[in-house]
Amino acid sequence: MLRINNLEVVYNDIILVLRGISLEAPEAAIIAFLGSNGAGKSTTLRAISGLLPYEDGEITKGTIEYRGEAVHTFDPQRIVGLGITQVPEGRRVFAELTVEENIRVGAHTRRDGKEEFRRDYDRVLAYFPALSRRLRVQAGFVSGGEQQMLAIARAFMARPSLMMLDEPSLGLAPLLVTEIFDIIRKINAEERVSVLLVEQNALMALAIAEYGYIMENGKIVLDGPSHKLMENEDVKEFYLGMKSDKERKSFAEVKHYKRRKRWLS
Amino acid sequence: MALQILLQLIVTGLAWGSVYALIALGFVLIFKATDIFNFAQPELMMLGAYLSFTLITALKLPFLPAFLVTLVLMTVISSLLEMMVIRPLVGEPVLAVIMVTLGLANVIRGMTGLIWGYEELQFPKPFSAQPIMLFGAAINQAEIFTILATALLLVVFFIFFKYSRAGLSMRATAEDTSTAFLMGINVKRVFTASWAIASVVATIAGVLLATFTYLEPIMGHAGLKALPALILGGMDSVVGAILGGLIIGVAENLAGFYLEQYLGGGINEITAYVIVLIVMMVRPYGLFGTKEIERV
Repeated sequence: MLRINNLEVVYNDIILVLRGISLEAPEAAIIAFLGSNGAGKSTTLRAISGLLPYEDGEITKGTIEYRGEAVHTFDPQRIVGLGITQVPEGRRVFAELTVEENIRVGAHTRRDGKEEFRRDYDRVLAYFPALSRRLRVQAGFVSGGEQQMLAIARAFMARPSLMMLDEPSLGLAPLLVTEIFDIIRKINAEERVSVLLVEQNALMALAIAEYGYIMENGKIVLDGPSHKLMENEDVKEFYLGMKSDKERKSFAEVKHYKRRKRWLS
Repeated sequence: MALQILLQLIVTGLAWGSVYALIALGFVLIFKATDIFNFAQPELMMLGAYLSFTLITALKLPFLPAFLVTLVLMTVISSLLEMMVIRPLVGEPVLAVIMVTLGLANVIRGMTGLIWGYEELQFPKPFSAQPIMLFGAAINQAEIFTILATALLLVVFFIFFKYSRAGLSMRATAEDTSTAFLMGINVKRVFTASWAIASVVATIAGVLLATFTYLEPIMGHAGLKALPALILGGMDSVVGAILGGLIIGVAENLAGFYLEQYLGGGINEITAYVIVLIVMMVRPYGLFGTKEIERV
């Protein structure tokens, strides 16, 4: 459904952020997109959403295709209209607007009438019952977990076919992360919405995704089905924090040999 | 008798305060949406008043149709200004954009002088000069009308920003432009719309002011009182702008009457600035403004 071909992005005319990445998100799938800070994951999402021209970024090479159509030159509002929404990093709810108004803003591009809106509005509150108790509260005053739910609910209201979530687990308690990931999985299964999940929490992301991409320094270094990625030695050590049994050492031997990443699949 | 005088002073103060409030509101609307301080706001007000003056006197339109036509004209003019003068400057330093609005203000004032002359003009009065008697106080009809019209406008505004899709998208853009993009909001259109709405507010302020004063190219100097109103209320607060305007309007009228005998004539001219000076010492971000905390 979404296909990125050899995308290269330059910021401020000189900073090469994405060095030719290719990525694919099929219909109704959950794709994990992993990598450390500064790898270029958020830049990829911003490129898809069409935000680069507004922050002095530029696509210098490659294409982004959505359902066979090249969309990398489109305005952000056209991208949303096509059904690609993004839940930005750090939630970015409109703090001065109430929870209800935030949900309404999410439906900004839709022109299919009040009834359809009402239906989706009720549905989104069914997914996030915690929000229905706080509808009249300013979004800036609800908890971090509720803000994350609100940000997802807001993106859902545009009735997307592809939802891109930028680190939904950021700064949340483990229990809440599990809850939010459950809801993401539910939305994916019930609404047939594709999910592109950018995460640092690799374990959680790979657990619900079918396929994963791992990015470092503006390049995709490894990709494959989630279960395969989870067995990969490099992923285990550097993303999941596990080491194979025979290598396991006690903390007494602090100075230990550090394995080089090889990124062999 | 003293009470009647007080009532008169307060009504006059509220009428002037309404005008200050509307100008300040125009400043806030553009500032919140686009982060630009539009120094040409008082000149837009003046231009609106002159346009409706011409429609009434030259085209012999009755007051209300002339007023509505002026609103449409001003919407078009300010949208064009935004698209042709301000939009090419997006991404330039804020100071550069602000200087451009300052230049715009001078151009509009100069053009007005060229076209309509620098003499004071009498705005055709839509209300009879006969004062209304209220609790024994004689009150100018135009002032009452100004207060009521402002109140009505504010109610319309409240409904627009609270309930309409366009109003909501404008508030969202004002708060966080880049997230507004992600909602599919057409941010460029919101910027243009904020200029259009600000010019409508300015025009209403100008026409209302003209009904109880007169027209002259420097009537934009009422904007100099809107600035303290704005600072008093807090640069980014709509409610603050309105209350700030009203407070300053009433305060300067009362000061003008009661303090003149002790402090000499013209005290009303500086009242606004004295108030702002005091408020700034206590609350540097204004009565309702957002406190900006910078962490190191």
